[in-house]
Amino acid sequence: MDVILFLVFALIAVVCAINVVVQPHPIASAVSLIGVMGSLAVLYLLLGAEFIAAAQVIVYAGAVMVLFLFVIMLLNAGAEVRRGRSYVVQLLGVPLLVTLLGLLSWAVARMAPAGSVVAFGAFTGGTARDIGHALFTRYLLPFEITSVLILVAIVGAMVLARKEVD
Amino acid sequence: MNFLVLSLFKAALVAAVLLTTLAYLQWVERKVIAHIQVRLGPSRVGPHGLLQPLADVIKLLTKEDLIPPHANKPLFIAAPFLAVMVALLPAAVIPFGPEVPVFGGTTWMQLTDLNVGVLFILAASSMGVYGIVLAGWASNNKYALLGGLRNSAQMISYELPLALAIVAPLLLANTLSLRELVERQGGYLFGFLPNWHVFQGPWPQVLSFAIFFVAGFAETNRIPFDLPEAENELVAGFHTEYSSMKFAAFFMAEYANIVTMCSMTTVLFLGGWHAPFPSSLGSDWVPAAVFGLAGAIALSHGLNPARRRDRLTLPVVAALFFAIALVFLLPAVRVYLVPLFWFGAKTGVLLFIFIWVRGTLPRFRYDQLMSFAWKILFPAAMVNLLVTGLLVALG
Repeated sequence: MDVILFLVFALIAVVCAINVVVQPHPIASAVSLIGVMGSLAVLYLLLGAEFIAAAQVIVYAGAVMVLFLFVIMLLNAGAEVRRGRSYVVQLLGVPLLVTLLGLLSWAVARMAPAGSVVAFGAFTGGTARDIGHALFTRYLLPFEITSVLILVAIVGAMVLARKEVD
Repeated sequence: MNFLVLSLFKAALVAAVLLTTLAYLQWVERKVIAHIQVRLGPSRVGPHGLLQPLADVIKLLTKEDLIPPHANKPLFIAAPFLAVMVALLPAAVIPFGPEVPVFGGTTWMQLTDLNVGVLFILAASSMGVYGIVLAGWASNNKYALLGGLRNSAQMISYELPLALAIVAPLLLANTLSLRELVERQGGYLFGFLPNWHVFQGPWPQVLSFAIFFVAGFAETNRIPFDLPEAENELVAGFHTEYSSMKFAAFFMAEYANIVTMCSMTTVLFLGGWHAPFPSSLGSDWVPAAVFGLAGAIALSHGLNPARRRDRLTLPVVAALFFAIALVFLLPAVRVYLVPLFWFGAKTGVLLFIFIWVRGTLPRFRYDQLMSFAWKILFPAAMVNLLVTGLLVALG
């Protein structure tokens, strides 16, 4: 059951991810990206991390993607026009991509220590209590630094977007 | 197997009750608004217009289903169904009552209990924006687009005070499961004051209750925050181009969101299915008394009829109320019905307030709406959260 669900949602995630790139219209790409985020949440849920799954839906599939859609709709971005592509890209694109993916999966398989394969639902530290505890004790410094980083990004965006006042 | 059958039965029951409530909520709303405005409201189809929802469904089903020529077809069709699906999801985790005996076992009056139940509902509500935004964009209509844009801005802004207002009672209860949240609110202070989060020490959550409820109006696009469909500016907002069942789907989603918001308020702040005073003081007899009183009033009007036909109809209504009162007196079914009565009564009062506000308050201006969220609700929710956190940490 777990394996079937994993395969279904992994497939949806991959198809949606490809769709994000292939679609000519930005709104369609954004909708596909929501699909990717949603299926990732299901994968987290399959691994037993309920809190991360819920946070994934609320933060990424919810807040972040709504902002994306909002901006795309505000700017009224139209469909992209396909330009002519060079022969080199048309000929070598797919083989190079396959080689890259092969190399990547080989490297990841080498890096993963043997005998520590994650089983479905075997992860038990996924409750809100565990994550809160970890965030505010062991990972307190990285957590705070990340929040400062986000604050800096917000201030930067404000400065860039501010209208010049004479 | 038993579990599967029981779950299917419960799911069917919840779906049937929820959908009937949605259909009749609209009738109640039209009636209440009509009486606020000194009109009669729907009165032609059935007695007091009681069959009006049925007539509306038939009307909507048989209307022509138009799709504008330059609309984005897949998204235009998907948007209303997305909206209604996401709006119905939270019913799966809302607890309606305590554990009750059934067929030799016990079961909870709740479809399922997640240990992140509160987050599940927040997630569903944050996905609810897409139905409206995509509908507004896919219609290829400037009014619809403006409605969709306003909606996304409004939802993003009001989700913050809403979430912060939820966090404060969660700090008191120390759980994210809706079932445990309600259970922690059982019992009574000083023997009579209910231990609900609005009354519970060290810091009664009155402010957070008010913020949650006000933000709830904005999240469900209700007057006074119904800017996404402000009809004198935007025709009908995001659903301008929709007709037939797709229009009905948006309508249903809106009412489902209202019901969810009211039951969430009940669960988070008003103690869910717990009675407002202990059963030693006779709270178990209140349902029977309420329905008995309603029956007595109907009977007295039937004996002194204003119109001739009331002499026949009102005693029938009275008999119906007396029968319901008798059912509440039966010890065998009281275990099931009394908690459901209290849950329904609290949610019903909140739903009535939603309708009452619609009949009373005018619409905000758009800049007022935004500054209200960011300059009043958000700081208030933040201060409330800080005070609650401090007192919980000290106490």
